Amino acid sequence: MTEATVSTTTDVEMPSDTVVSVRDLHVEFPTQVGLVRALNGVSFDVPRGKVLGIVGESGCGKSVTARAILRIIERPGRIVSGNIYFRPQRHLRDEPGGTRRSEKGQRKGGQEHSLDGGIVDLTAMDPNSPEIRAIRGQEISMIFQEPMTSLNPVYTVGNQIEEAILLHQTSDRDEAHRRAVEILRRVGMPNPERIARSYPHQLSGGMRQRAMIAMALSCTPTLLIADEPTTALDVTTEAQILELMRELQADFGMSIMFITHSMGVVAQLCDEVVVMYLGRVVERANVEDLFYNPKHPYTVSLLRSIPRLGVNRGQKLEVIKGSVPDPYSRVPGCPFHPRCPSAMPGLCDKVLPLETPVPGDTAHTVRCHLYPGSTPADAASSTAPNAQPSTAAPSGTDSPAGN
Amino acid sequence: MAIVQEPTHDPTAQPTERSSDVGEVSQWRLMWRRFKQSKLAVAGGLILLVMYVIALFAPFLAPNDPNQVDSDNKNTAPSRLTWDGGLAICGQRQELNEENFEFVYVVDCNTTHKIQWFGKGWEYKFLGLFTTDRHLMTVEEPAKLYLWGADLDGRDVFARTLIGSRVSLTIGLFGVAIGTILAAIIGTISGYFGGMVDNIIQRLIEIILSVPTLPLWATMAAVLPRDMSVTKRYFLITLILSLVAWAGLARQVRGKVMSYASADYVAAARAAGSGHTRIILTHMVPNSVSHLVVVTMLAIPGTIIAETSLSFLGIGMLPPAVSWGVLLQDAQKVQVVTQYPWMLIPALAVIIAVTCYQLLGDGVRDAVDPYG
Amino acid sequence: MVAFIVRRCLYMVVTLFVISIVSFILIEAPPGDALTAEIQRLRSIGNNVSEDQIKALEERYGMNDPVLVKYGKWASGFIVGDFGQSFTHRTEVSELIWGRMGYTVLLAGTSLILAWLIAIPIGVYSATHRYSPLDYVITLFQFIGVAIPEFLLALIVLVFAARFLGMDVGGLFSVDFEEKPWSFAKFVDLLKHLWIPLVVISASSTAWLTRVMRANLLDVLNQQYIQTARAKGVLERRVIWKHAVRNAVHPLIMAAGTTLPVIISGEAIVGIVLNLPTIGPLFLDALINQDMYLAVSVLMLLSILLVIGNLLADIALAWVDPRARSAE
Repeated sequence: MTEATVSTTTDVEMPSDTVVSVRDLHVEFPTQVGLVRALNGVSFDVPRGKVLGIVGESGCGKSVTARAILRIIERPGRIVSGNIYFRPQRHLRDEPGGTRRSEKGQRKGGQEHSLDGGIVDLTAMDPNSPEIRAIRGQEISMIFQEPMTSLNPVYTVGNQIEEAILLHQTSDRDEAHRRAVEILRRVGMPNPERIARSYPHQLSGGMRQRAMIAMALSCTPTLLIADEPTTALDVTTEAQILELMRELQADFGMSIMFITHSMGVVAQLCDEVVVMYLGRVVERANVEDLFYNPKHPYTVSLLRSIPRLGVNRGQKLEVIKGSVPDPYSRVPGCPFHPRCPSAMPGLCDKVLPLETPVPGDTAHTVRCHLYPGSTPADAASSTAPNAQPSTAAPSGTDSPAGN
Repeated sequence: MAIVQEPTHDPTAQPTERSSDVGEVSQWRLMWRRFKQSKLAVAGGLILLVMYVIALFAPFLAPNDPNQVDSDNKNTAPSRLTWDGGLAICGQRQELNEENFEFVYVVDCNTTHKIQWFGKGWEYKFLGLFTTDRHLMTVEEPAKLYLWGADLDGRDVFARTLIGSRVSLTIGLFGVAIGTILAAIIGTISGYFGGMVDNIIQRLIEIILSVPTLPLWATMAAVLPRDMSVTKRYFLITLILSLVAWAGLARQVRGKVMSYASADYVAAARAAGSGHTRIILTHMVPNSVSHLVVVTMLAIPGTIIAETSLSFLGIGMLPPAVSWGVLLQDAQKVQVVTQYPWMLIPALAVIIAVTCYQLLGDGVRDAVDPYG
Repeated sequence: MVAFIVRRCLYMVVTLFVISIVSFILIEAPPGDALTAEIQRLRSIGNNVSEDQIKALEERYGMNDPVLVKYGKWASGFIVGDFGQSFTHRTEVSELIWGRMGYTVLLAGTSLILAWLIAIPIGVYSATHRYSPLDYVITLFQFIGVAIPEFLLALIVLVFAARFLGMDVGGLFSVDFEEKPWSFAKFVDLLKHLWIPLVVISASSTAWLTRVMRANLLDVLNQQYIQTARAKGVLERRVIWKHAVRNAVHPLIMAAGTTLPVIISGEAIVGIVLNLPTIGPLFLDALINQDMYLAVSVLMLLSILLVIGNLLADIALAWVDPRARSAE
């Protein structure tokens, strides 16, 4: 069992309905062939008790963000600047007065670590420290995309779930086993006892993913990060897993950060959405606003490119022209401008737009020159008391995503 | 859309950089680039190149006839180098040790013999083209330039090592080359067609690999009659080496071919109507070539060591042939090695050659996966 | 599991059968058979061999039987332990072999275990501390270990021990102990001499196994389930040993099958150089003197050793990897 010692920071502002706040995160991968700037100033908040969807094409940095939160970015990647703040729940202990071992066999003398509901700076922790390890699995859990390779092939499923429980909750093996079976039952596994004794290669894809979910939820985390958990599954299984996640989210009351590239899944599951492109957040909104009132040309194109039933046959499918540039190159100005149907030469290819709230809705932000406040001068002038409405109301170039 | 302001200088905007060309360059250039990054591999390759060039020009570089016996100079230590207006060696003479009545060599640096560059020496055929007697370094008769000393019969170890490199460096190469060709053909057939053919070939390979390699080579080599011409023996030993080497290589090839054969692009090719030959030649071979090169290069050290070991034991190349293994035969006895340690210098040559092949092979293997 | 073992045993038998045929062909291959050699030998010591004697000898050694009968005789003899006659030593081959075989198995087995015990921790360290100075040193040793032919290493170690340690080198026992019966002192003497051959034989295998372990571990560390383990909050050291190494060891067990022939070959040649009472020197003698029954019997025994070793490695692999059990 590990419990965290957390240096809580009190001089950071974080609303109480936010569980994780990512602020201006920059992540780089220095490779032999070049420098990959995976994240270039990503900021967003994960709301407590809700599902936040992170959407974008492959290579936009969604997975890196998730791993950055848990500090498990693979080498040689590293966080260059920015902060990630986390507000854990008050964690109930299970064995008041029982024997506590901090790691199997190691007795940590004396020191009591505790989470007390304060704000924690995840970026300040050493990736190998007991503090971050106490958070991993216990406060923040993660499930991955490929269920086959995410489970260790030489240990039984039950063993792997028990490992998490033994690390964070109890040191009694029988108790851990009981809980593992219980959580397997909870995620809808038939015959959980038998599943617990099985090896990953003996289970189907959907069952493996359920097992992963069970493992992630075994310690009732505050936040569950799901990195494209249904991408590798067929549609029917995907529907079941999504259903399961909705149920569990309601039951446990936890927050979910759901990473996906499918807008359909976002519509089904998420409450709020963040759209990423090339390592930057380009739009943030709650799910309805995003679908009915998308602002960024990229979001618009994404929504348009979903084929729809009943639309006139014989029409060409909508695509976004061009392709994602290779990760070693840097795109000047707005990252999307080479592919943007509304790009303005002279502006979009030179100046990076700032993230600004959409007029009339502070919860909906967008990073685009089509909207006021996107350049520093613009932002400055718009805060002046007699700011003119500096641009015509956004019209013409963006249209609401048709149904 | 009205643009309110002139685009101001935005500190976050970057000047356009030359974009990376990772996705555009050909596969071979990428491999070469990655290969160059491994300095050790490049160094290994260069050293090997030098060694092969030396082997080619061996008679030119050797100051003495490698086969010439000289009973006056048995077991001479390496000539001591000195300076006398130019590079020179100290003279030496034999003296009778009064106590144990043995002849010992006494080095006398008062008498020096200058080293002559491009001087005249023993006759040989330059690259097999024309006869000449010019060598890189010689000394005036009756002194002898023993850079690495002499063996039990007074023969120049330096010259013999140089000449020996011709056999040692090539026999392994040819053996593996033949083995690779065999392995490529058999392995591809085995991996691509699968089924019964694959089964039989695999059993065959297993059987060959079930016998410890060195004893197997030894047995086959010992079966060869001892009175054969050097060339004939050379070819037969090469053949023996390849007969065992192909088995392991074929297994590797088969593994790779099997994984490619189940790839979707092969199914696509078949669906488009390609015949087996076409699929093998256009899809399998180019993909396997790089892997094959790596595997081959890593198998060469094994055969070099094998030939050296066999000759060392007296069942590989036999005198009058010269190879490093033959040279080391004389160094078998402990007394010999402790008294005349220069006899072990050919061993150094073996180690260097093998290490360089390892480094080269490692570098090529790392380079071959440029997208990894 | 049982079915698996039975199947492998059957394969083993078939393999050995084929090897025996090939070996027999090799026996018959050298021109001039053993009988001619025997006759020459007799003549050289002054015996005049008469026609009748030649005929009797032919009968005795079954020279004129058809090939199949010859093979049948030899094979059936081999199975029960009668390996034929050695012409140079004039005794039963089996007498010559068994004692030495024992030492061979001892040396080969111990070298294998030693190689493993050293290679795994060093390989793990090398993989987890990439590019550290110690890693470079280890890599250097690996290269040298793989590059030096065994007989050379044996020579070098021999010279080293003779010159600097003043040890009584060569052989497995000091001269005084050689003829004496077994005792604790003799055992200690054995141990004192054993380390040289052990070091030499296991050197290249250790080096190679370390490289394989390092490469495997690096591969495994890139796998997703390692991230999963970290994401659960497992201590890094446990992630490496419990999750990664356990998986990285599988290819190593398969690789054990490859090191075995190297160790056996190495044991043979080191035995020759260091003059140990093992199979090697006997084998070489037989080859040079074309004493084919002896030579081929040794070859067969070495092959049996290898095949059994591979079988054990396969069983170990199946036991350790749950996937292999269901796959085979």
